[in-house]
Amino acid sequence: MDDLKKRLNQPSVESRQEWVGKLISYLAIILIGGLVGTILVFLTFKGVALFKNNGVSVWHFLSSTDWQPSHHHYGALPMIITSFSVTVLSGIVALPLALVVSIAITEMLPKKIYQFFQPLIELLVGIPSVVYGYLGLTVIVPYLRQLFGGTGFGILAASCVLFLMILPTMTSMTIDSLQAVPQKYRQASAGLGATRWQTISRVIIPSAKSGILTAMVFGMARAFGEALAVQMVIGNTTVIPKNLMESSATLTSVLTTGIGNTVMGTASNNALWSLALILLVMSLAFNLLMRLASKKGAK
Amino acid sequence: MRPERVDKIATGVILGLAGLVGLIILSLLIYILAMGIPHISWHFLTTNAESFTAGGGIRDQLFNSLYLVVLTLIVSVPLALCAAIYLSEYAPQNRWTRMLRLAIEVLSSLPSVVVGLFGYLVFVLQFGLDFSLLAGALALTILNLPILTRSCEDALRQVPYLQRQAGLGLGMSKWRVTTKIVLPAALPGIITGAILSAGRIFGEAAALIYTAGQSSSAISYTDWNPFSPTSFLNPMRPAETLAVHIWKVNSEGLVPDARAVSNGSAAVLIITILLFNLVARYVGHRIKQRLTK
Repeated sequence: MDDLKKRLNQPSVESRQEWVGKLISYLAIILIGGLVGTILVFLTFKGVALFKNNGVSVWHFLSSTDWQPSHHHYGALPMIITSFSVTVLSGIVALPLALVVSIAITEMLPKKIYQFFQPLIELLVGIPSVVYGYLGLTVIVPYLRQLFGGTGFGILAASCVLFLMILPTMTSMTIDSLQAVPQKYRQASAGLGATRWQTISRVIIPSAKSGILTAMVFGMARAFGEALAVQMVIGNTTVIPKNLMESSATLTSVLTTGIGNTVMGTASNNALWSLALILLVMSLAFNLLMRLASKKGAK
Repeated sequence: MRPERVDKIATGVILGLAGLVGLIILSLLIYILAMGIPHISWHFLTTNAESFTAGGGIRDQLFNSLYLVVLTLIVSVPLALCAAIYLSEYAPQNRWTRMLRLAIEVLSSLPSVVVGLFGYLVFVLQFGLDFSLLAGALALTILNLPILTRSCEDALRQVPYLQRQAGLGLGMSKWRVTTKIVLPAALPGIITGAILSAGRIFGEAAALIYTAGQSSSAISYTDWNPFSPTSFLNPMRPAETLAVHIWKVNSEGLVPDARAVSNGSAAVLIITILLFNLVARYVGHRIKQRLTK
C-alpha cells in the first residue's frame, strides 16, 4: 500500500521530462542573454582603460584631431567624422533608390518580375562584404581616379561601396513594408478616383513610413559597422578629410589594421579598444533609433 | 498640371530609375562572375595557396570556409533552437522576456568587427585557444545566434495552435508536444533558416581575421585524426578562410597574380552562396511537399 502511494505521489516520467526540457531551453536563452551582457561589460571595460589608466581625457579623445599612437596622440575625431560621412552619404543615396526600386517592383511591374527578382535580391543581400570591397578596389577606385584624378581612394569610394552593399538589404526590407500595406487601402484610393501616383505618394508611402525608416536605419547601421570593405577603399590615413576624394580612415578600418600591430595592454592598444567602444555605443544608438522608428508605426 | 500627367511622369521616372539601378547592379554582378569564372579550374580549386609566386590555388581556404560553417552550425543550431523553443512555447509575457528579446536584438545589431574583437579578447586570449578554427567558429556563433534564433522562432510560431491543443488534450506534456508535434511541423522553416544563415557566415571575414587567423598551416587531407596538428580536421589549427584570403591578398599580399586569385575566389564565394540559397529553397520546398502529402 505504501509502495503504491509512493509511486502515485512521485512525479511522472512525463512531468519530469517537461521539467528537464523547460530547464534546457531556459538555459539556452540565459546563455545568449549572458553572452550579450558579457560582450557589453568586456568591451566597456577595455574601452575605458585608456581614460582610466593612461590619463587621456574623454573629451580630448573625442575632439582632438591628432591620431599618432606612436607619439601618444590619441584624437579620434578624424575617424569619427569619416565614419559618419560615409554612413550618411551612402544612406542618403541608397534610401530614395531603394524606395524607387521597391515601388516599381511592388506597385508597377507584374508579379512575374518580382518572382524573378526576389532570388536575385536575396543573392545580392548574401554577397559577402569583402566581395563588394574588392569590386570597389578594382572597379570604383580606378574609375574615380580617372574621373577626378588623385588616388581614387577616399570617402567617395567608400560611400559607393557601402551604397552597393546596403542597397539590396534596404530594398528587400522596403519591399516587405510596402507589401504589408493592406490591399484595401489601394482599392479605396482607386475607388476615390486617385491616379496610381496619388495612391503611392499619399496612401502607400505614408502608411509604410515606419517600415521604410527602419530599413534606412538598418542599412546605415550596417554601413557604419562595416570594416573590411571600407578598409580596402578608404586609403587609411588618419587625418580629417578635406574633400571626398582624399584618403582617410574610419573607426572600423583603423581597428582592423591596428589591433594586430599593437601589444595588448599598452596605451596605443587601449586607444583602439576605445574606438571599438565608440562603435559599440553607436550600434546601440542605431538599435534605439530602429525601435523608435518601428514604435512610431505601431501607434 | 493635371494629375494624369503627373502620374505619367512619376511612373516614367520611377521605372527609369529602378531600371538604371537594376542594370548597374546586374552588370557589376555579371562583371565579377565574368572576371572570375575563367580562373576557376580544377587546378585552382585543388592546389595550395602560394605566398610569393603566381599560380596558387584556394584548396585550403575553401575547405576551411566550409569546415568553419559546419563547426559553427554544430554549436549554434542546438543553442538557437532551444532558445527559440523557450521564446515561442514557454516564455511568459513579462518584463524579463522583453529584456531577453532586447538582448537578442542588440546582439544582432553588433558590427561583425566588434564581435571579432570580443572573440579575440575572450576566446583567443582568455581561453587560450590562440588563432584557431574553434575560436573562429565561436565568434561566428555569436554572429549567427540572433538570426538563427529568430528564424527558428518564426518557424515554430507558424505551427497552428490547434495542433498543440490536440496534443495537450491527449495528456502529453508541453515538452512532448513541442518535440513530437511542433518541431517536426516547423522543420522545413528551421532547415531553410539554418542553410541561409550558413550562406551568411560562409562569406564573413571581419569577425575572423583576429579569431581564426590570417594564415593557414600546412595540412594533410589523409590524416583523419582530429587531434593531430597537421590533420585537416583539427579544430585547433589557425585557418584562413576564402573571404579573409580575398582581403589579405589585396591589402597586404605579395603574390604577383593577386587579381587573378581574388577574381577566382570572389566568383567561387558568390557561386557557393548562390548554391546555399538554392539548396535552402529546394529543401524547404521538398520537405513541405512530403509533410503535406
